Amino acid sequence: MGSIDLKHIARLARLHLSDEELKFLETQVSQILAFVEKLGQVKGLEGVEPTSHPFAVSNVFRDDVPQSSLNIEEVLKHSPQAKGRFFQVPKVIEDKN
Amino acid sequence: MIPTIGLEVHVQLATRTKIFCGCAVEFGAPPNKNVCPVCLGLPGALPVLNREVFGLGLRAVLALGGEVSSVVKFDRKNYFYPDLPKGYQISQFAHPLGVGGSVEIDAGGKPKAVRLNRLHLEEDAGKLLHDQLPDSSVVDLNRAGTPLAEIVTEPDLDSAEEAYQYLTTLKAILRSAGASECDMEKGQLRCDANISVRKNPSDLLGKRVEVKNLNSFKAVRLAILHEITRQSAALEKGEKLVQETRLWDDERQKTFTMRSKEDAHDYRYFPEPDLVPFFVKKEDVEKVRASLPEMPKAKEDRFIKQYGLTTYDAKTLNLEKETADYFESCVRQYAQPKSIANWLTGPVAAYLNANPVSFKELGLREEWLIEMAQLVEGGKISFQAAKEKLFPEVIALKKRPQEVMKEKGLEQVSDDSALGSWIKEAIEANPKVVADYKAGKDTAAMFLVGQVMKKSQGKANPVKVKELMASKLAESN
Amino acid sequence: MDLSRLTISGLAERLRKNESTQKDALEALSKSIRERDTDVRNIRAYVPREAIKPIHRKADRNSPLWGVPIAMKDNICVEGLEVTCASNILKGFVSPYNATVVEKLLDAGAVIYGQTNQDEFAFGSSCETSCYGPTRNPRDPQCVPGGSSGGSAAAVADHTAIAALGSDTGGSIRQPAAFCGVVGIKPTYGRVSRYGLVAFASSLDQIGPITKDVRDAAILLGVIAGHDPKDSTTANVPVPDYTSFLGKSVKGMKVGKPKEYFEAGLTPEVAKSIEESCAALRSLGVEIVDVSLPHTQYSVNVYYIVAPSEASSNLARFDGVRFGHRSKSSATLLDLFEKSRGEGFGAEAKRRIILGTYSLSSGYYDAYYLKAMKVRTKIKQDFDDAFKKVDAILTPTAPSGAFKLGEKTADPLQMYLSDIFTISANLAGVPAISLPCGIVQKNLPVGLQFLGRPFEEEKLFQLAYAFEEATGWHKKLGNVS
Ligand SMILES: [Mg+2]
Ligand SMILES: [Zn+2]
Repeated sequence: MGSIDLKHIARLARLHLSDEELKFLETQVSQILAFVEKLGQVKGLEGVEPTSHPFAVSNVFRDDVPQSSLNIEEVLKHSPQAKGRFFQVPKVIEDKN
Repeated sequence: MIPTIGLEVHVQLATRTKIFCGCAVEFGAPPNKNVCPVCLGLPGALPVLNREVFGLGLRAVLALGGEVSSVVKFDRKNYFYPDLPKGYQISQFAHPLGVGGSVEIDAGGKPKAVRLNRLHLEEDAGKLLHDQLPDSSVVDLNRAGTPLAEIVTEPDLDSAEEAYQYLTTLKAILRSAGASECDMEKGQLRCDANISVRKNPSDLLGKRVEVKNLNSFKAVRLAILHEITRQSAALEKGEKLVQETRLWDDERQKTFTMRSKEDAHDYRYFPEPDLVPFFVKKEDVEKVRASLPEMPKAKEDRFIKQYGLTTYDAKTLNLEKETADYFESCVRQYAQPKSIANWLTGPVAAYLNANPVSFKELGLREEWLIEMAQLVEGGKISFQAAKEKLFPEVIALKKRPQEVMKEKGLEQVSDDSALGSWIKEAIEANPKVVADYKAGKDTAAMFLVGQVMKKSQGKANPVKVKELMASKLAESN
Repeated sequence: MDLSRLTISGLAERLRKNESTQKDALEALSKSIRERDTDVRNIRAYVPREAIKPIHRKADRNSPLWGVPIAMKDNICVEGLEVTCASNILKGFVSPYNATVVEKLLDAGAVIYGQTNQDEFAFGSSCETSCYGPTRNPRDPQCVPGGSSGGSAAAVADHTAIAALGSDTGGSIRQPAAFCGVVGIKPTYGRVSRYGLVAFASSLDQIGPITKDVRDAAILLGVIAGHDPKDSTTANVPVPDYTSFLGKSVKGMKVGKPKEYFEAGLTPEVAKSIEESCAALRSLGVEIVDVSLPHTQYSVNVYYIVAPSEASSNLARFDGVRFGHRSKSSATLLDLFEKSRGEGFGAEAKRRIILGTYSLSSGYYDAYYLKAMKVRTKIKQDFDDAFKKVDAILTPTAPSGAFKLGEKTADPLQMYLSDIFTISANLAGVPAISLPCGIVQKNLPVGLQFLGRPFEEEKLFQLAYAFEEATGWHKKLGNVS
């Protein structure tokens, strides 16, 4: 593994990092990655199914029956910025659909 | 220049509640009315799949001739946006609900199969509104978690017209299957188009441009035409095209570049750990398949064969499932398929085109349509008068055609004496025409018939008038 | 009588018999919190909130937890209470809903009383990454209580809570239980609903009890376990009456001792405690046999790919839009996201978000995430194989007793390795209990861990109870008088 582009990763994660934090993380993250890369030693993984759930629960549904919704005023009361019945954010110029 | 077009269509599946929570799906509700911890993305909340979403998705896959996957899984698509509460969209990446299938369209009179790549399930985002406050945008999450099926074609479309054909056909199929209402005005069908052009068939595909924000079938057609022209012009001039996302501006009728994202799209898909895998049994698929109604194309073919309709009529009747069903129901009561079809593809279709109402909203009772057809057939009213005068009144007054005809005095006059006097007047008033006729100019008689129709304000029975006119002219010989 | 020193079973009985009132119990706890948690010894097991607000509802007098106060880790949603996961980014978030475990506790008559400190978002093994500052170990205030559920374990050990709930993603219930000398169980994945638990790593997280003795753990798990229609990953497996397995003979049970766990990293004192524990079990008629879990050596490696990957996605919802912290300098959308998150998350959270984002990013997914998921399958298969031969597996809970505050904060990798014995249970999804089995360095408890087959928590209780009765560590440590 080459050196990682920490700034790019931080941008993907929408995480502001100070220069100091960047420096700090650079070393630590490389150390941790070097450590986890020990997995390269594991043999016989061809054809092994990856486990994303420990147990085989499957086909879990809920019925299409309306449940009561939340009172939005209560939620907005504790939100960082609200206007009327809306959450408020800075003006977004770029339209995206 | 050869255009290559592929479409990604998102349709809203017709459920009562959202895909992963029990909030109602409701168009036009007050902001943030139908929200809960799950669709607000509150800490600790977990999704549970709506059974109906899966069922309707299966119907869509099968109606489109696709193959249902035996293992269906959900993945997280990670990106940040204020209308995406969790910071990821639950979608399907590696194991979509369905793969393959095709939609047969009419490509310049010839049938053409547009291949489908896949159909997958996902949740809709909320809405970010920019026109509510001067210096801020605001977020409404009513739409967040609305169930969608994303249907992706192969790049099989060659023109804007084909894209249009594809969309209308797709809509008819999905509506027939009961999977989606596909009401574009309610945002239930949204389309993104991938368009590229190249000079020669042997060239590699050109740089793909994705056009978003296509909110009507018309916009799809115009945007594709615009892009083909724009890209072709650029290629002609030797300019380099870039792979990009553009937005359609409906007002200015052109596409423009979306300010390129801060980072390249890296959605970091991975299996959604909060949902379990879904295994689909063959017998369940067959049950759904058996429960599907006849699809528009099959019905179209049947209409031609069974009722002797023209291809045009059969196609037009099958654009909407309601119309096709209405037609058949009428024919069961009054076995004159051609005349019923004439009414539906003629006056009714014209009225719907000119007025902002749906067929359902029109409120035209089957017995009324049948009665109008019968009145024409029985010579009580001319088709012309029925179409132009009777039909609009029936719609406006919501009354039996028979009554309307009487009230408005629209009955056809076939009575010999009444017709005779009009004919007499016409002959006397146009001696020169009569002379022409006698000199062997047959068309002169048509003019005289027209005069009679005019005098009768369209009520005279044209067939009768023609007969009588011929004998009168012969008499005076 | 000081009611705060009672167990769930002891207090519930007194309340039912009208020997004390619920009010007495809450006052006793309030007093002990004031005296020991905040004032004199500064243990700080609880997150600082204006005043503890008891939450309860009407319940049948015969309900198992009628009137019994239970403390919540600060990552479990309680309606009307601020829930922060000990992170600045969630400050001000007041939950509008109850976690399923909270609903179940309230229905069983419990009183939700107090929210306990933790590592930020449960990222840590020492309770030192909390935005409120560290919790101290009541057995030795110079030491950490373990983590991430350090507050819950410290409160129970210090008798400032009767019992508490914690959450365990890689050892976060068991390791602090071991460090503080109390009992903690991580149930089988899918045994307890995660609905309302602020997610760290969704495929690993489980809520579980931290209690003064094994009986209490059995009572509490019995209340919170079971299928939940709101959590797709809960199993529809009946919940037995766990208390009915307490006191049953363990004679003839087979317990495996995985050789890999005893090869490296274990302090000699801990090794000695475990040997003595084995002897105690043998004298109860338990057969101790050697087993092998060959892939267990990769557990920490797998964990530090899977857990941060899931966490990086789970933490995306903390974006400053709908709740929690928003940066004052949020002029643009990008600033709103980046600054709010940059200011709100602590160092360890940032480290894990970066690690996880990297592991999932295009070009690295196969090498990291996918590979880790495959090794995870191997680890799970090791357990399946071992459980064909034995009823349970025994290991130390942690390689050493509690370490000093600040001792490992500079070296994240060292900190990660302190979970080396607990992580594999989360990866394989199997249940595991930790209970006291000795004391090292005069006053630091040692934990013994039993791992069991999926959905066989009752066997763990049976074994642990027999061991507890025979050795009496819960009494020696003053958990019960
Ligand atoms: Mg999509
Ligand atoms: Zn909802």
